[in-house]
Amino acid sequence: MTSDLLGQGTDPLALAERWVGEGRKVALATVVETWGSAPRPVGSHLVIDSEGNFEGSVSGGCVEGAVVGEAIDVLESRTPKMLEFGVADETAWQVGLSCGGRIKVFVEPVA
Amino acid sequence: MDIELLKQANAERAARRAVILATDLETGAATLHRESDRRDGDLGSALTRAFDSGKSGSVEIGGRPLFLNVHVPPARLVVIGAVHISQALAPMARLAGLDVEIIDPRTAFATPERFPDTALSAEWPETVLANRPLDAFTALAAVTHDPKIDDYPLEAALRANCFYVGALGSRKTHGKRVDRLKANGLSEAEIARIRAPIGLPIGAASPAEIAVSVLAEIIGALRSRASRQMEAQA
Repeated sequence: MTSDLLGQGTDPLALAERWVGEGRKVALATVVETWGSAPRPVGSHLVIDSEGNFEGSVSGGCVEGAVVGEAIDVLESRTPKMLEFGVADETAWQVGLSCGGRIKVFVEPVA
Repeated sequence: MDIELLKQANAERAARRAVILATDLETGAATLHRESDRRDGDLGSALTRAFDSGKSGSVEIGGRPLFLNVHVPPARLVVIGAVHISQALAPMARLAGLDVEIIDPRTAFATPERFPDTALSAEWPETVLANRPLDAFTALAAVTHDPKIDDYPLEAALRANCFYVGALGSRKTHGKRVDRLKANGLSEAEIARIRAPIGLPIGAASPAEIAVSVLAEIIGALRSRASRQMEAQA
């Protein structure tokens, strides 16, 4: 048995490929910038399908729900989108990072 | 992202080769770059910096905002010796995200019953490592105590620049090992990279406790390697 990360079923990029192969509509979210104390490093992925199933993480669970919602919009529009989350971002987003950091997340369709 | 590009990237990653996915953050258009590719211009310099540091990040090339996502191979742990310590170390290391493989030519030790869900080779390290060579993204822990089994992979790990090389054995055992490795042409500086006695000094007594000390030492080596590369670049 090879126990490489790509074979374990939780690697987001491997999962994105598999889900597309199964005929699911798939979006990929990537942390592209962080400021302050951010829970997940730049380059971290969350993979989402049009049913709202997801795997991976872009934060410690703080903003995943919002990213999944945006990803479903991205899958409908077929246009990538940049999201920004911060702790004091009361107007734009209802969710934030309790750790006080800020992150930028790029969401794109995989097809 | 284009699915064909994603498939190519995943194939490279599965083969333990470093790649960078460069994505235009306005259009979503992406390109795949292998470490062996020829690199020119501003993008080439940015790719070289990203491969060297292993850090993903945004750059602006020709007025376009590009995100360079660096994918280096997942850290792998090769354990020489299917012993009691390895039975605890294998599942712990897997939980920590390491890709674990156990090698021991003694078929009484290297049984699937003793190592469920673990890549296991009941063969000589010489044979296994010829097919799956060690690399800089690999840690090697030699825990058989037996020079016939441990010496070759330790030497191979030093020559392959493994990010961690650890060997079980008392200081006296290690002293004799150092003499043998010197006789084989390894320099003192190379030999000094071997962590011996293996594991962080936490007073570990049981095999599982020793496994914790070894895994902690491996994680320390892995993370300090990344920061050393950053310093070298600065």
